[in-house]
Amino acid sequence: MDRLKIATVWLGGCSGCHMSLLDLDEWLFELAKVADVVYGPLVDTKEYPAAVDVCLVEGAVANTEHVELMHQIRQRTRVLVAFGDCAVTGNVTALRNPLGSAAPVLERAYLDPANLRPALPHEPGVVPPLLDRVLPLQEAVPVDFFLPGCPPPADRIKAFLQELLAGKAPHLTGANLRFG
Amino acid sequence: MAAKVFTIDGQEISATEGQSVLEAAHEAGIRIPTLCHLEGVMDVGACRLCLVEIAGSNKLVPACTTQVADGMVVATTSERLQRYRRLLLELLFAERNHVCAVCVSNGHCELQSLAMHLGMDHVSFPYTFPKLEVDLTHRLFGMDHNRCVLCGRCVRVCWYVEGAATKNFSGRGASSRIISDLNQPWGESRTCTACGKCVHACPTGALFEKGTTVGEMQKDRGKLEYIVTAREKKQWIV
Repeated sequence: MDRLKIATVWLGGCSGCHMSLLDLDEWLFELAKVADVVYGPLVDTKEYPAAVDVCLVEGAVANTEHVELMHQIRQRTRVLVAFGDCAVTGNVTALRNPLGSAAPVLERAYLDPANLRPALPHEPGVVPPLLDRVLPLQEAVPVDFFLPGCPPPADRIKAFLQELLAGKAPHLTGANLRFG
Repeated sequence: MAAKVFTIDGQEISATEGQSVLEAAHEAGIRIPTLCHLEGVMDVGACRLCLVEIAGSNKLVPACTTQVADGMVVATTSERLQRYRRLLLELLFAERNHVCAVCVSNGHCELQSLAMHLGMDHVSFPYTFPKLEVDLTHRLFGMDHNRCVLCGRCVRVCWYVEGAATKNFSGRGASSRIISDLNQPWGESRTCTACGKCVHACPTGALFEKGTTVGEMQKDRGKLEYIVTAREKKQWIV
């Protein structure tokens, strides 16, 4: 059997989901026997490769770069997983949505507390502008599976990946579906 | 009182006249999901999660406000009911800002636990992200409208258990709000006795004790049960 190509992405999130992934500890060796991690914050690859089997997406879609990246990833990925509460619901990343736009957040972060030369970051082509509304992943691209939790505990990630590796459609139930 | 015999999900059950389908089901160990139901206060059928099918009628009815009748045939787990329950739950989540990860009631929330039990892995509706107030004017308690599901449990315990009539509804539909007195800051209410029954009746983290942080707000339903049992049955639970 061909080795599976797994990718992970870190959008608008705290990287806690990735930390939880690393919490799989020695099971990561089991994973490494059947799969390669081909892209993500844990791998030094600049370009998202073609024909990826599974991509775990941590974080919500919060800026224009995220939108572009997700469209590319969706085209090049067979199974797209919303990995953790930010990707599934918007969660903490979307706490700013009731404010209506990105402006109040940027002002609060860059103008209100600044003592010297307060300015909003403006580097077209370098710093991607924030979206006015943070999106859960499924509002940006079609998602195949949802893995909730803030972060999803390692056991839950393992249960999910094991089913996926066995060629089944992962079906989480009970306590494995807990948000937060 | 006359006994009524009827069936739920094929199981024959006997109940007393005047009992609700929900009560009879629970006594028989059949679990129907609920949210606005609270042991000890009257049912109002607000959340619709306990909807059941009754043979011979196309209409879905809430189990909590439907009285048992002889020969009634009730179904609680049909595919249609499961679909509707999930839909209702998703709409509740989409309507306000429920962020379990940073909620005082994380791990002790009835809404969160319903999502778990009804298999809700995501919400298929776009979230509305409304801008809502948090009222922290009360000396002891806080009210976060972001987490309120408008079940009205706080209103019912405030009126019918405490008898203070501080809590009430204002508005209609999605703009409904739980208010104190004549829509004043809670801390300025002249009727609130600060008894805390509303806080402990609340299924989510909408009403909480000040000073609690993420996951710390555990609601004590036992206190309400104690008071209601003492009042109605003259029994003091020890």
